[in-house]
Amino acid sequence: MSIRIQSERCIGCGKCLDVCPGNLIKRGEDGKAYIRHPQDCWGCTSCVKECPENVIFLYLGIDMGGCGGRLNVEKEGHVWNWKIEGPDGQIHMIDVDQRDANNY
Amino acid sequence: MEFRKLETDILIIGGGTAGCFAALTIGSGSEAEVLVVEKANIKRSGCLAAGVNAINAYITEGQTPKDYVEYAKQDADGIVREDLLLSMAKRLNEVTRRMEELGLVILKDEQGRYVARGKRNIKINGENIKPLLADSLKNLNHVEVLNHINITDYVVEDGEIKGAFGFHVEEKAWYLIQAKAVICATGGAAGLYRPNNPGFSRHKMWYPPFNTGAGYAMGIRAGAEMTTFEMRFIALRCKDTIAPTGTIAQGAKAGQINGKGENYEKRYGLTTSQRVYGTVRENMEGRGPCYLQTRGISGEQEEDLYKAYLNMAPGQTLRWIETGKGPSVENVEIEGTEPYIVGGHTASGYWVDDNRETTIRGLFAAGDVAGGCPQKYVTGALAEGEIAAESAVSYINKRNITPLGKKEMGKKLEKKGLEYEAFFQNQSSLFTINQLEEAMQKVMDQYAGGISTQYQFNGKQLLVAEEKIKFLGDISRRLRAEDMDDLLRIYELRERLVVCETVIAHLKARKETRWHSFCENMDYPQKSDQWLKYVNSRMEDGKIKIIFRELVAGGERYEHSDTE
Repeated sequence: MSIRIQSERCIGCGKCLDVCPGNLIKRGEDGKAYIRHPQDCWGCTSCVKECPENVIFLYLGIDMGGCGGRLNVEKEGHVWNWKIEGPDGQIHMIDVDQRDANNY
Repeated sequence: MEFRKLETDILIIGGGTAGCFAALTIGSGSEAEVLVVEKANIKRSGCLAAGVNAINAYITEGQTPKDYVEYAKQDADGIVREDLLLSMAKRLNEVTRRMEELGLVILKDEQGRYVARGKRNIKINGENIKPLLADSLKNLNHVEVLNHINITDYVVEDGEIKGAFGFHVEEKAWYLIQAKAVICATGGAAGLYRPNNPGFSRHKMWYPPFNTGAGYAMGIRAGAEMTTFEMRFIALRCKDTIAPTGTIAQGAKAGQINGKGENYEKRYGLTTSQRVYGTVRENMEGRGPCYLQTRGISGEQEEDLYKAYLNMAPGQTLRWIETGKGPSVENVEIEGTEPYIVGGHTASGYWVDDNRETTIRGLFAAGDVAGGCPQKYVTGALAEGEIAAESAVSYINKRNITPLGKKEMGKKLEKKGLEYEAFFQNQSSLFTINQLEEAMQKVMDQYAGGISTQYQFNGKQLLVAEEKIKFLGDISRRLRAEDMDDLLRIYELRERLVVCETVIAHLKARKETRWHSFCENMDYPQKSDQWLKYVNSRMEDGKIKIIFRELVAGGERYEHSDTE
């Protein structure tokens, strides 16, 4: 499990570096963020949620049965629109209202 | 490296659940100055980075704190500190109310009462629980937070805490932080054993892989007494994604079934260790794989599960969607994780009194790093943070604490500075930090009861483990750091090795099998009433000395009396 930072769209704000609970993300010489230790990612998605440009996504390693899907989230106030792009390119959206408690 | 010196009244090491709440308690209830030092950033550090979707330690209507103590005692088959459990349990509901004040969303019925999920759980939206805790410290006058500083050692003189040493994880700088009292809240230890996904996804584990046992290692090296490191924790999780099973099991009422479709839950018992053990046995006896029986749940239930997991373990939702096989069409396969050392689920950690003071004067412990008090979960960690905070304030107010003299401090400083610097001076070694970590995990896996031996071990294997871990400890001194990031990883590895050594010593000492899987000694496969006692330990002259202590029963309140 790890993240991918789409560097062509990264603005170098540094928010993901600051928030990563494992200190895994660093700033490259071009000023953009890159993950120095991709195999050490816990999959918490803190950076995915923090990125103001929405350029970081989570994926599952193939060693844990990953198929190539990508997860990220766009926030509209208290409604979070989670977007999962399947391996076939199909988009699946799940909207979660953060004011709602979990039913389970 | 640049040297930086700081001073405060109360130093809190680790800004996770317990550490943040300790800071909030002191900052809103006293004039003492507080400094929270965190190796990452308190906004998302610790166990709650991705969120949590239930409060699992709550006294619901009709239940009492004593019932909670009884539940935890039963689950650990007697090896708990009832005094600690009771003082924690009494505060669970109040700290929950405080979290709601901070903005935590809790599910309520039409009368405004919290909706229970079982006897001890309530339903929440805890995705933002860590940012809420972090924000709560922002406007407190006497609370300062320093992110990205890794603490490695205590400063102790004559059995009394004086502060701590550490270094910045980016900038080439190291720190002495002098304090009158210290609260250790660094969490437990992951990454000791070879994990479920040992390759690229090695950090997809139950516990935060960044909780490397720093607080345990600092305490062990400083001679603090530790308890119950032999009660390892193994979680029962969704296979591969290592996501929680409780939400499915309790929420969708899904039972545990084997490959033949038989429900095997009741065959082995329902304690936490028995649920893991049952799954292990079913696989060993050729009846795997094991599943949570979710097939046939409604579309609405499935959608609710997708949302619930996005708020705590998003990888599981991604898995369901990308494979096109949600839980309504395919049962969820389960497996046991590698073992962890964690005082919030099992009982490993500092040996503390009821005030959460350790055997080092002025050093308090809270949350997963504190021992004797299992089944803490989030609210228990908050409660312990609050108790440790109140105790630390009372300690600095009652005592005349003198800072360490210049001469003594000078000696300690010189030694520590040279130690950090040595890793930059070392010649490039044949072995890397990663290789040593893998070697350590392999030793623990094969000789100290990891996944590959179905969590079982015997005395001879433990002797091999002991020798190999010691060897790795020696080799680790020769690792070279190119930058501060390397230095952090070297210290994390070395912390884990110290914890491993202590785990092995404890596994050797408990000559019975009280908990299947958690501590399954094949030389002593039965449990015995003779072992209704604590296995404690203390490092003396570099060696781990085992100390047996009688159980602290209900109604008693333990005070340190013979530890110095």
